[in-house]
Amino acid sequence: MSAERPAPVEGKAVLRFAPHAKFRFDEVRQAWIVLAPERLLLPDEQAVEILQMVDGERTVDNIIDDLARRYEAPRDVIAGDVVKMLQDLIDKKVLRA
Amino acid sequence: MTAVDPPLALLAELTHRCPLRCPYCSNPLELSRASAELGTSSWKRVLGEAAALGVLQVHFSGGEPLVRRDLAELVRHAAKAGLYGNLITSGIHLDAGRLAELVDAGLEHVQLSFQDADMVFGDRIAGFLGAQEAKRRAARLVREAGLPLTVNAVVHRQNLDRLDEIIDLAVALGADRLEVAHVQYYGWALRNRAALLPSREQLDAATAAVEEARARLAGTLVIDYVVPDYYAHRPKACMGGWGRRFLNVSPAGKVLPCHAAETLTGLEFPSVDEASLAEIWYRSPAFERFRGTGWMAEPCRSCERREIDWGGCRCQAFALTGDATRTDPACALSPDHSLLAGARADADEGAPNFLYRQHSTASRRSSEVVSLPA
Repeated sequence: MSAERPAPVEGKAVLRFAPHAKFRFDEVRQAWIVLAPERLLLPDEQAVEILQMVDGERTVDNIIDDLARRYEAPRDVIAGDVVKMLQDLIDKKVLRA
Repeated sequence: MTAVDPPLALLAELTHRCPLRCPYCSNPLELSRASAELGTSSWKRVLGEAAALGVLQVHFSGGEPLVRRDLAELVRHAAKAGLYGNLITSGIHLDAGRLAELVDAGLEHVQLSFQDADMVFGDRIAGFLGAQEAKRRAARLVREAGLPLTVNAVVHRQNLDRLDEIIDLAVALGADRLEVAHVQYYGWALRNRAALLPSREQLDAATAAVEEARARLAGTLVIDYVVPDYYAHRPKACMGGWGRRFLNVSPAGKVLPCHAAETLTGLEFPSVDEASLAEIWYRSPAFERFRGTGWMAEPCRSCERREIDWGGCRCQAFALTGDATRTDPACALSPDHSLLAGARADADEGAPNFLYRQHSTASRRSSEVVSLPA
């Protein structure tokens, strides 16, 4: 209860969805959605790709490496975007370490 | 005209019955009686239609939804249809058995109202002795059951000076989120506006308190907060725009673009017994009436923000000007904007007594009035 502010997300962190956050495909919209208490997110294509790798096994570093390889993009550019997005979702209590 | 997207969420107002009598209740002045409520099978059909239409979240609300004995059955039906279920409750009737039943049915989240951080003031606003104690107990049960908890605190002139304590209370209860919701002035709240509308000083102090707490509690407590209409320069995008994101089904089965829409005269809202939710959402005149920007007059029509705030709130425009097609007076560009200054001045003159929410009896004049503390 009322814990200290969690440390910013680290490369070694393994993230998972919070217990009452749901990431699923919506047949009506033909799109992936995130459902959480008082929140409803319609992630864009890139965000969906990242969230699909949040599986409770891969580390944040694994996710960044994978994306950098897939897009043949500089790792630090990818890392900046990924960490920013994941941190935002941790602050919104959608994801947790 | 752009294509109409499916709605994101359904507010299922199961009943207007409630043990509390808050003078800013969002229910209409004419409350539905139990005998007029939709039955279990109708609600199940509505929930199924909502999921098929594309609704993703359902908020079980009221009144107090726990007064419905079939609540768990409805929650289970919604969960099976893939809807994310949220319970909006006063907590008064929540006990461990009832909560276990709801968790088992697939409930995902509870939003629990608090009228104040202080017991005496809280009970007085709720019009119910022992409300605050019952709410604390309910919060504990929700956390023990492992459900995420949102504390909803409606704030106004009578409790805004204790916002710091309200924030502390939310932390102490182990809430994940706190909604600091300024009273919206329709129906009951409009009747009690002079007693509820905060002063500019109160509002500024509250905004500062929220900003400080957000920084201090980041990662622990998420705080939702919106500046109230009566101190705004631009209106809120009410419901994200009429008929764009949300729909509401009233206890009697009327399908509405927002819970206050029945205050508007001249619109006929279809019932769930007359047509499917999809037909009503996509084709009913009531949902078409203020959808998009085609209905707008100036200054909205040529405003660059017309697809940001969608003209503000239709119910507020109607309540304050008698004309639902006018620009929301909350907008500084509205010719009616000075109405808000008048209301602020009235409230600053001194708080009258509350008119408590109640089912209408013989005469509204006999409504119970309870004095505020000195």
